[in-house]
Amino acid sequence: MSAFVIASTVDEAVSLLADGARIVAGGTDLVVGHRQGKAPLPDRLVAIDRIAALRGIESNGADEHVLRIGALVTHAELMTDAAIVGSYTALADGAALVGSPATRNAGTIGGNVMNGSPAMDTGAPLVVLGARFQLVSGRGTRIVEPHQLWTGPGTTSADDDELLTACLLPSRSPSSGSAYVRLEYRRAMEIAVVGAAASLDLDGGSVSSIRVALTAVAPTILEVTGLEDLTGRAVDDDLLATVAAEARDQATPISDLRASDAYRRHTVGVMAQRAVAAAAARARGERLAVPVNRSVGIGAADSITGGSR
Amino acid sequence: MTTSISYLLTVNGVDYPVSGPNHLSLLNAVRNQVGLTGTKEGCDDCECGACMMLLDGRPVNSCSYLAAQAQGREITTVEGLSEGEDLAPLQQAILDAGGVQCGFCTPGMLISAQALLQHEEHPSDDAIRIGLSGNLCRCTGYTNIVAAVQSLVSDGYDSKPEGV
Repeated sequence: MSAFVIASTVDEAVSLLADGARIVAGGTDLVVGHRQGKAPLPDRLVAIDRIAALRGIESNGADEHVLRIGALVTHAELMTDAAIVGSYTALADGAALVGSPATRNAGTIGGNVMNGSPAMDTGAPLVVLGARFQLVSGRGTRIVEPHQLWTGPGTTSADDDELLTACLLPSRSPSSGSAYVRLEYRRAMEIAVVGAAASLDLDGGSVSSIRVALTAVAPTILEVTGLEDLTGRAVDDDLLATVAAEARDQATPISDLRASDAYRRHTVGVMAQRAVAAAAARARGERLAVPVNRSVGIGAADSITGGSR
Repeated sequence: MTTSISYLLTVNGVDYPVSGPNHLSLLNAVRNQVGLTGTKEGCDDCECGACMMLLDGRPVNSCSYLAAQAQGREITTVEGLSEGEDLAPLQQAILDAGGVQCGFCTPGMLISAQALLQHEEHPSDDAIRIGLSGNLCRCTGYTNIVAAVQSLVSDGYDSKPEGV
């Protein structure tokens, strides 16, 4: 039994998992968690970062209406990939807010998903974009929905012998738009105080479908329910106020060193409203830069350039 | 009882034998076994960027990267930026701009700046700040550090030391 194996295929990795080894990809959460005493690193590790089949963003072989994002795709790749930026923009927004250039190079979408943090920046975007997750083990392959995978803070329903191989995203209509915004106290190496993602489709000027999901206000990423009544309506102040009120009502935030529950509940409504407004602007064809946080009044642009010579 | 594993790390173009538990960090392997101590341990928590190294040309926080995972990849530390006794233009620029105060963040800043400039020859001011955003300077000397990188951008950047 080797303490460290660099796997080159999915089959090799899952057979080692079945045998009791644990996965490391970028290591950004794992190594820090180990050192902080949160979760000791296991005696046997299988590094999956060189498995070519887990890379790449491409249409799914079996179904061309599905975009397949390999589990090893990094945040740096997500924020610059033409398909993600063009059609799944909320995910690019989220990836661009993660950590720093170094963490975005090492950290993978698979690691972010399987770490299961309710504060993960790719989670709410994946929910509103209709993502499903592919889990592979020696026993077979299964596809799960986000709400089936995430069971609580830092916990998932994946078995110990299962490997996340890909995130699957349904195709997007040209009249759709999406965005992710978060409240942050600093511009880099930050964890969401709260955040919100929105995806909507416009038919003429009115909403034909809308999804909103919230970050860091519940034990897992939380999808706002009951928004069906908004279909057929224009994206105006009334609609935005309704979204904000639903987000506040459905959030069940905690108080911790980052924010009080009351502050989180209030601000998540603001984030939800801004996410919907940005998603609608993109659905109308406006090009809002990634990450959209920088243009919706969170950390105004001059706060980063001001002070330079 | 943790099993020790042995392997080679390629640091600044030279292969070094390394051994230790599977959770040995790249930072500890390079500082304590390879013997290159230019890279610093700051927070040891993936927050401050003092431990930044290049892995196949991309910046990583080496405190939070497993040494065993870096086998077969090109690792570049701050010692690898200069050639012999000559400072690289980037190193000279940070000295000229007064971008070194206590100096503890400097190796990490240089690595992040190098990664940025290899990737983007003429980064905007925003891109420079984003490129350095994973590096904390506890002397808060950011203005001169950014100015050092800006001076290279306006002068035209050549990643080799002068005269090489």
